[in-house]
Amino acid sequence: MRRTTMARVATGAVLALALVGCGTSSGDDDGGGGGGNTGSEEQGGFTAPDIPMAESLGDNEGSLSVLAWPGYAEDGSTDKSVDWVTPFEKETGCQVEVKYFGTSDEAVSLMKSGQYDVVSASGDASLRLIAGGDVAPVNTDLIDNYADVWPFLKDRDWNSVGGQMYGVPHGYGANLLMYNTDVVDPAPTSWSAVFDDAGTYSGKVTAYDSPIYIADAALYLMNTQPDLGIKDPYALDADQLAAAVDLLKAQRDNVGEYWSDYLKETQAFKTGDSVVGTTWQVIANLAQSEGAKVEAFLPDEGSTGWSDTWMVSSKTEHPNCAYAWMNHIISPEANAAVAEWFGEAPANEKACDLTSKGFCESYHAGDEAYAEKIHYWTTPIEQCLDGRTDVTCTTYQDWTQAWTEIKG
Amino acid sequence: MTFSGPTRALLRLFTALVLLFVYAPLALVVLNSFNTSRTFEWPPPGLTTRWWSAALESDGARNAIVVSLEVALIATAIALVLGTMAALALQRFRFFGRDTVSLLIILPIALPGVVTGIALANAFLTMFGIQLGMLTLVVSHATFCIVTVFNNAIARLRRLGGNLEEASMDLGAGTFRTFWSVTLPMMRSALLAGGLLSFALSFDEIIVTTFTAGQGIQTLPIWIYQNLFRPNQAPVVNVVAAALIVLSVVPIWISQKLAGTDESVAAAR
Amino acid sequence: MLWLGVLYLGSLAALFITSLWSVDAFGGNIERIWNLDNYRDLFTIEVYRTITVRTLLIAALVTVIDALLAFPIALYMAKVASPRLQRILVIAVLTPLWASYLVKAYAWRGMFASGGPLDSVGISPGYGLAATVLTLSYLWLPYMILPMYAGLERLPSSLIEASADLGAGTGTTMRRVVLPVLFPAAVAGSIFTFSLTLGDYIAVKIVGGANQMLGNVVYDSFLTGNNLPFAAAVATIPVAAMLVYLAAVRRTGALDSL
Repeated sequence: MRRTTMARVATGAVLALALVGCGTSSGDDDGGGGGGNTGSEEQGGFTAPDIPMAESLGDNEGSLSVLAWPGYAEDGSTDKSVDWVTPFEKETGCQVEVKYFGTSDEAVSLMKSGQYDVVSASGDASLRLIAGGDVAPVNTDLIDNYADVWPFLKDRDWNSVGGQMYGVPHGYGANLLMYNTDVVDPAPTSWSAVFDDAGTYSGKVTAYDSPIYIADAALYLMNTQPDLGIKDPYALDADQLAAAVDLLKAQRDNVGEYWSDYLKETQAFKTGDSVVGTTWQVIANLAQSEGAKVEAFLPDEGSTGWSDTWMVSSKTEHPNCAYAWMNHIISPEANAAVAEWFGEAPANEKACDLTSKGFCESYHAGDEAYAEKIHYWTTPIEQCLDGRTDVTCTTYQDWTQAWTEIKG
Repeated sequence: MTFSGPTRALLRLFTALVLLFVYAPLALVVLNSFNTSRTFEWPPPGLTTRWWSAALESDGARNAIVVSLEVALIATAIALVLGTMAALALQRFRFFGRDTVSLLIILPIALPGVVTGIALANAFLTMFGIQLGMLTLVVSHATFCIVTVFNNAIARLRRLGGNLEEASMDLGAGTFRTFWSVTLPMMRSALLAGGLLSFALSFDEIIVTTFTAGQGIQTLPIWIYQNLFRPNQAPVVNVVAAALIVLSVVPIWISQKLAGTDESVAAAR
Repeated sequence: MLWLGVLYLGSLAALFITSLWSVDAFGGNIERIWNLDNYRDLFTIEVYRTITVRTLLIAALVTVIDALLAFPIALYMAKVASPRLQRILVIAVLTPLWASYLVKAYAWRGMFASGGPLDSVGISPGYGLAATVLTLSYLWLPYMILPMYAGLERLPSSLIEASADLGAGTGTTMRRVVLPVLFPAAVAGSIFTFSLTLGDYIAVKIVGGANQMLGNVVYDSFLTGNNLPFAAAVATIPVAAMLVYLAAVRRTGALDSL
């Protein structure tokens, strides 16, 4: 889990390539020629390669090769009761081989090999796969369970092009603000609790240990300092990044420790070593079940988060098994199981009937207004994602170095 | 009587304190493997054997142990062959730059693992164009395992000198025969000690492994790394660790028996 | 021989060369343009100096603490304990090496926690640099005890007896007889403790509070930031530190007693 979510953002993933729609070769010249004027070519502007879409389904081929984030395709080897691969094999006769990947980069390069039939892609990989011609459009009419997917997850800019879906939405989640209800009084209402007002609980503030956390600061600045002109927390020019860095450096003085896995954060909140900071819903639930006095919520100014999509390879030799898998993984049963194991909101409405009591409520599954407040993780690149063409934006490498400086 | 009474008492006290320092956290690990709290609350709110039965059923843990054993065994085998050869070469033949070579052999262990890790990963991927996997992992482990075998072997060779081998040669045995019947038996316990340490090093190595194993291979430390951070799995990890602590006594004890008291020095290293 | 020469030195050389390149703006793709930008960043941006100094200090402290802790137990094992007890003690010292590194580090996290075992008796330093030093000292202690023990074992007991017979007090015996043997062994052990600390990035994450070490910078640059050239440039710092250290201790004969 830790690996997963860290890695989800921890990649030099190049959305630019997807936006521009050309291969890595553009990176070999001066680096500007290929992607100089992305503004006009961005989302919706780029045409996806012409890949045929499955029109009908036939007999299952008997095998399927799955490329997944760790935790997305469990076959019972981690925990006997956590298994949604074996039922699929029994039901469809498709023998599944699972390979896990650690970063979006790795997923993209492995998909290029053409050895995998389906992949679970995050926002920073999906468009690259589409533009690279590595994944095929998905005929959602052939996937019975698609009808039950929350409408607000369909036809979004990270999983479709011009109204054509390229996969099936799988699950999503938000980064929340968690606080200790015994210690933090009054209850916080805004991210200012960890930024401008962090000094109140100096030494007991916690933050996510990853360069992508800079986006949380940028999001806060977007609301509190409109003069900076931040429109997208993942598109920061040098000045905007500097402002976010300053904010985080000030926060650093009050940070007790940064967290990166949920055992660490749960322990810290349980013992009181941390009392306020970012979290995931799954951590908040775990901490509460362990008896920690904590609450977690999504502040009104919005938050960062993630959203994943299952896609099918354009070179697949097992299209029927691949479609069967996509249908299976968003089936109420499997989707509910994945969501609970991984700790995110399921994409299928009916999954909520099968999850444990209160699960979907606690994850705000299906709450559209809630989902709209999430700014999904995307890899920052030189071409500003907010469409600005007059400046160069800072890249994930810049963010990584900045993160080192922030921690000092 | 080598030291005065008070000195001995003081030393005994210190030894006891250091052992307490060494074993207190391990005791905590064992205790936590029975802790009902999934986040190791202190003091434990209750005790349970639930995690032990979960661990026994965990295929992931079992597979990871098997992979780790395989990697450690192969890496140790390679290290034994190469380390012995290197030791023989350095001991027998004086050549220019001998000191440099012996410095070179200890480098992989003297340089931080994170450096070794990224250097090897970079070499595999860009210079040789090999995908990371079992092969790259074993090669990387063998690289730093050679040192332990080499050190034990060369220390033994130094102590032995070359007299017996000369005698063997004088009596008409060839180089190979001499090595097989004379040198090797004399080095056996040193090699055993070196091999054991090399096995232990490889078995618990995580940093170089992280960089050179690729995604598909899950050694025990990697499994632990991934599972320690899953809330339901962390106690199971503690069980595996506790079981390993207990089981580790077995190979060490056997090697001690085999090596004899005199060789405990070598075994220790 | 060839193995090490080609594979290991070759890899290190390649790594160094990579540090003179840079990554392109798209990220991840290495551009083979020679430049010293990475080193310029490394030397001009203050944070890297701070981290380097911090890491070296931690490594030095860990080494000293380990040497102080290891000395009495190594001496007791080698010169006081009966052969049987000696064997048991060797096993007792070796056993922790088999418990997973991560599990031990997390056990220390539990020890330092507010309300944890140490805090409940009022002696927990809390998460931070002190906790990091202590945890690392704990993790690497066997690597210091074992060479010291081996070195002392080789010292004939008769020498210590002779020293006592000739009227030397315990202090004099320690200084004149034990120490000369101990020193190279301690240096040998220090190579392990020093190098292991320089390369560590996990323990500090678990018990180090908000602090970071050189290993974290290398790890973050390489795996998180996908910036191998910069990671390589940072990696040259611990390599240089170790090479200087090795060169310095070479004449003590420590390398032979490794």
